[in-house]
Amino acid sequence: MTKRSFPCYSALVYSGYCDDKPEVFDTVIIGENIHVIAQAVSTAIRERDAKVIQDLAKAQAEAGADYIDLNVGPMKKDPEENIQWLVSAVQEVADLPLSIDTMNPVAMEAGLKACQKRPLLNSASGKTDSKEQMLPLARKYNCDVVISVMTDKGMPPDVESKVESIIDTVTYANELGIPNEDIWVDPIILPVSTAGEGQRFAVACLEFLKILEDVLPGVKSTVGLSNISNGVPGELRPLLNRTYLVMLEKNKLYSAIADPLDKELMSLTRREIPEIVELIHKTMDGEDIDLSVLPQRELEYVKTAKVLMGETLYSDAWLES
Amino acid sequence: MEYKAPVEAYTGVVREVTIGKGRKSLKIGGENILPLHFFDQGSNPNPAKFALEVLDMEPQDWPEHLVEPFQGAISDPVKWAKKCQELGTDAVFLRLVSTDPAVKDSSADGAAAMAKKVAEAINIPLIIYGSGDDKKDAEVLPKVAEACDGMNLLIGPVQKENYEKVGKAILDHGHNASALSPLDINLLKELNVKLCKFFPAEKIVIDPESAAVGYGMEYAFSLMERVKQIGIITKDNMTMMPIIADLGGECWKTKQAKENKEQGLLWEGITALSLLLAGANIIILRHPESINLVKETIEGENGRSKRNNTEIRRNS
Repeated sequence: MTKRSFPCYSALVYSGYCDDKPEVFDTVIIGENIHVIAQAVSTAIRERDAKVIQDLAKAQAEAGADYIDLNVGPMKKDPEENIQWLVSAVQEVADLPLSIDTMNPVAMEAGLKACQKRPLLNSASGKTDSKEQMLPLARKYNCDVVISVMTDKGMPPDVESKVESIIDTVTYANELGIPNEDIWVDPIILPVSTAGEGQRFAVACLEFLKILEDVLPGVKSTVGLSNISNGVPGELRPLLNRTYLVMLEKNKLYSAIADPLDKELMSLTRREIPEIVELIHKTMDGEDIDLSVLPQRELEYVKTAKVLMGETLYSDAWLES
Repeated sequence: MEYKAPVEAYTGVVREVTIGKGRKSLKIGGENILPLHFFDQGSNPNPAKFALEVLDMEPQDWPEHLVEPFQGAISDPVKWAKKCQELGTDAVFLRLVSTDPAVKDSSADGAAAMAKKVAEAINIPLIIYGSGDDKKDAEVLPKVAEACDGMNLLIGPVQKENYEKVGKAILDHGHNASALSPLDINLLKELNVKLCKFFPAEKIVIDPESAAVGYGMEYAFSLMERVKQIGIITKDNMTMMPIIADLGGECWKTKQAKENKEQGLLWEGITALSLLLAGANIIILRHPESINLVKETIEGENGRSKRNNTEIRRNS
């Protein structure tokens, strides 16, 4: 098997070319809270209880979400009816574009069709099924589309294999007539707490984003942010999500599926707490930081950044050592 | 141009742990180099040590060829431990298996008295492990620590579920702790972080859990390797402790080891050698000849003696 090489890739990473100051822009936040894994949401869909859904939609819109994600999972039963009901329920109260989040192409098409604003197809991937069934929908409905690095072989673990797979899939999408500008690449975030591997994955996503723009000019990017903290004790999750978002933003992340109801997260992404953002950037740049003079909150951000960049070994007690 | 092999130097140093007192003591750890990386900069002042396992009751499921070296001593832990000493092991590893509620559920007081007797009967360091049942160990190990007060033994396993109680008793009575977590580097670090809130890091040994060749050893291997690398290369304070590989029991559980002696020795010896390569500092074995097998193989690697396969086979 011949391996495709990317002559520009290592040069870009190591020449420092990618370390230019990031442009300052607000990350597009796709509100994640309407999610069938939440019992209340799945019950509300089943019982057609619009209020539960609409409250969630309104709360996220007020908190500053740019999109509302409707994650309905595989939606095996009555996919068309269910998604149509959900889309109109949300559109009644929130004047935001929607992200239709399902693996079921029937639900996907029905959902896209029902959207009043230009939606986001969430998501397609390099898997054969997805290429054949999801990507044509993006073309047909002329919408933005999330394309993940996943392939039939599974999840590419390192930067090089992620780059390789995304080039293939994006090329395929281009041939269908989908321009780079409509494509939001998802490198797939996995839990940092995964024994042995999690931190390596977290670092790989950071590096992937850093070079994405140069590998595929014009594409956008997105991540399922909260997955970074999956499996971590609940009270510690927001800190990981917030820190990782700032780190990804430094590496030019365009958007994130995240919790807009996390106020500190939203303040960070709007640069309302510049001292924390700066501190995380310094940590990433390997600058010497005197931990002994830092207030508790700042110290926790630095420790968390060091875990997410793979500098200190993760454990659930990472803030305690 | 002359070729010069690159030489790595490391920043981390594994803490040196002393087990036992005075002439009855040994040191493990202290290295600032990866295992068997003789070509790099740094050194290991305390080459790997070997301990033979003794049970506090007559073993029920040991094959004849494993009982044989301890003939006549195996029903009495004190005699058995002395026999191990005669055979030239660096330390004795006493497992209080009878205290396991699923075995005999024998009393904590009885186990403590037995532990003391064994400790006093031998002139080499002693390691004492409970049954591994975290609740029962929380009763047994504090009593053991107390009975052997001041002897500076290595006592374990200290686990997530009982570290506060067991760790405190070990500390109060002047011993070292062996901290066990189930084959997971993140949990291992977490336990050390929590233990270190009241327990000195320089008296902790890491037990990352071992497995036998063919029965998951590769997991144990990569975990130990990673613990060692993170300590030596990235200087993580919570992994710079010596590692204990409690592998004898795992090996002699296997069908292959029970089948015949040669297979048994190879099973135990090769598992031990592999985990030494991964970074283990002290190895727990059951058969005295396995120790010779491993030692000879290492010496051969060093070029100090040239032994070949025939000679290794002769041992078995």
